[in-house]
Amino acid sequence: MEVLQLIIYGIVLGSVITLGAIGVSLIFGILRFAHFAHGDMMTVGAYLALVGVGVLQWPMPVVFPLALAGTALVGIGIDRVIYRPLRKASPIIMLISSVGTALMLRSLVQIVWGPDNKIYEAGIDIPYRIWGLRIKPDQITIVLGAFALVVLLHLFLHRTRMGKAMRATSDNIDLAKVSGINTERVVLWTWIIAAAMAAAGGIFLGIDTRLNPIMGWRILLPVFTASILGGIGSIYGAIFGGLLIGVVQELSTLFISPAYKPAVAFGIMVIMLVVRPRGLLGGRQ
Amino acid sequence: MSLLTVQDITGGYGAADILHGVSITVNPGEIVSIIGPNGAGKSTVMKAVFGLIRIRKGRIFFQETEITGMRPDLIVRRGMCYVPQEYNIFPSLTVQENLEMGAFLRKGDPAKEIAKVYDLFPPIKDRRKQAAGTLSGGLRQMVAIGRALMLRPSLLLLDEPSAGLAPLFIDHIFKQIQKINRLGVGILMVEQNARQALRFSHRGYILVMGTNRYEDTGENLLGNREVAEMFLGG
Repeated sequence: MEVLQLIIYGIVLGSVITLGAIGVSLIFGILRFAHFAHGDMMTVGAYLALVGVGVLQWPMPVVFPLALAGTALVGIGIDRVIYRPLRKASPIIMLISSVGTALMLRSLVQIVWGPDNKIYEAGIDIPYRIWGLRIKPDQITIVLGAFALVVLLHLFLHRTRMGKAMRATSDNIDLAKVSGINTERVVLWTWIIAAAMAAAGGIFLGIDTRLNPIMGWRILLPVFTASILGGIGSIYGAIFGGLLIGVVQELSTLFISPAYKPAVAFGIMVIMLVVRPRGLLGGRQ
Repeated sequence: MSLLTVQDITGGYGAADILHGVSITVNPGEIVSIIGPNGAGKSTVMKAVFGLIRIRKGRIFFQETEITGMRPDLIVRRGMCYVPQEYNIFPSLTVQENLEMGAFLRKGDPAKEIAKVYDLFPPIKDRRKQAAGTLSGGLRQMVAIGRALMLRPSLLLLDEPSAGLAPLFIDHIFKQIQKINRLGVGILMVEQNARQALRFSHRGYILVMGTNRYEDTGENLLGNREVAEMFLGG
């Protein structure tokens, strides 16, 4: 029974990780660098939602899409100011500049909102009891919300012109250019989607636990592990990897102290990079 | 007025030049082949035309406009499409989606153009929902050429269209290229299968060490003893 309970927690955590890992994979697929500021983009999304819920006192269903849109704008802004001038630079330079961006975003959040833990709404979320398992309504919201976003992303990538162009660019950017695809437009949409997904992940993480300025940095490791596990560059791999990492991290608490959860993600990442760097579902090296 | 004029271009990747003064002309309705030994800069000429490498000297005109160093998507917009030798399809996209990407620049439904491509290459029609990366080499080449035809270009650049194909298939691809040409599309291709390529070409250029060596009609080049001995394997 305890195992089942942990699997449920793992799916909730996995939904959050998945939303981050999708963005990391998308950005890697199109721009070819590991985006280290992605966790902090999740933090930004979570805190933007806090403004709506906490300061303006709007209900979460209204605030949620606005926070996603706000974070998308932040993503576009970061790309314009920091990454676009470096577009032809080597992936290492991009990576380092994204570490710098991560530090800036985190510090900015800390300056504005302070270092303390915050919550969206006070009160207890009374869990349902189903066959002896405890499931909180918020957890159901998180899993269903993540599922809905993943379905929307799937439809976007397979049914729309821009979505298909995004997949094409991820496949082969040179051929995309000589086919007449405006790859800068594709990059713009990549940031919109990656940042919005990150914001959703950050908000869900804030609902499930608490908000603090390092929440995103802390979850970056499992997010990266998830995208590597599924095969970096592959969206569906990221979904699979995210859920797997979430469940494995929670199950590990059966054997070792919960404090070592990040170490579990790190261990999996190292093993994957040594044994099967292409990821379980293929993807790129 | 010629379709494409390459005037004495010099350039290459990075610091080293690969082309040392190459000139090529394609007239409307022509099939022109560029042949020559490995490392002669054949593919580099194509990349130069398409703005993918650095050109230090010389100019390139398409119809009446100078396109030297122009951005690839702007060249495509003017009616010149390019099929690279390798990595010329989107492997994870379906056959149909590959063709749709070829028409990305044109708004509106590409169904009519897609139907035309399927008429030209019936075998890929049955595979239209299959990921292009899972196709055999011959079918991939059909998808690659089909993608480049989606914008109804007036000039098509083909980099080694027969590379890696089974001998039976090579003839088939050349016949399809001829068919495309008869629809009014000018064709400039680089070919390793020199003999076959010249047989299907109006004119040919032989490139050696990044400069023009011979230039004649396909027939004359095939009949030229010196050319045959040096470049066509006797």
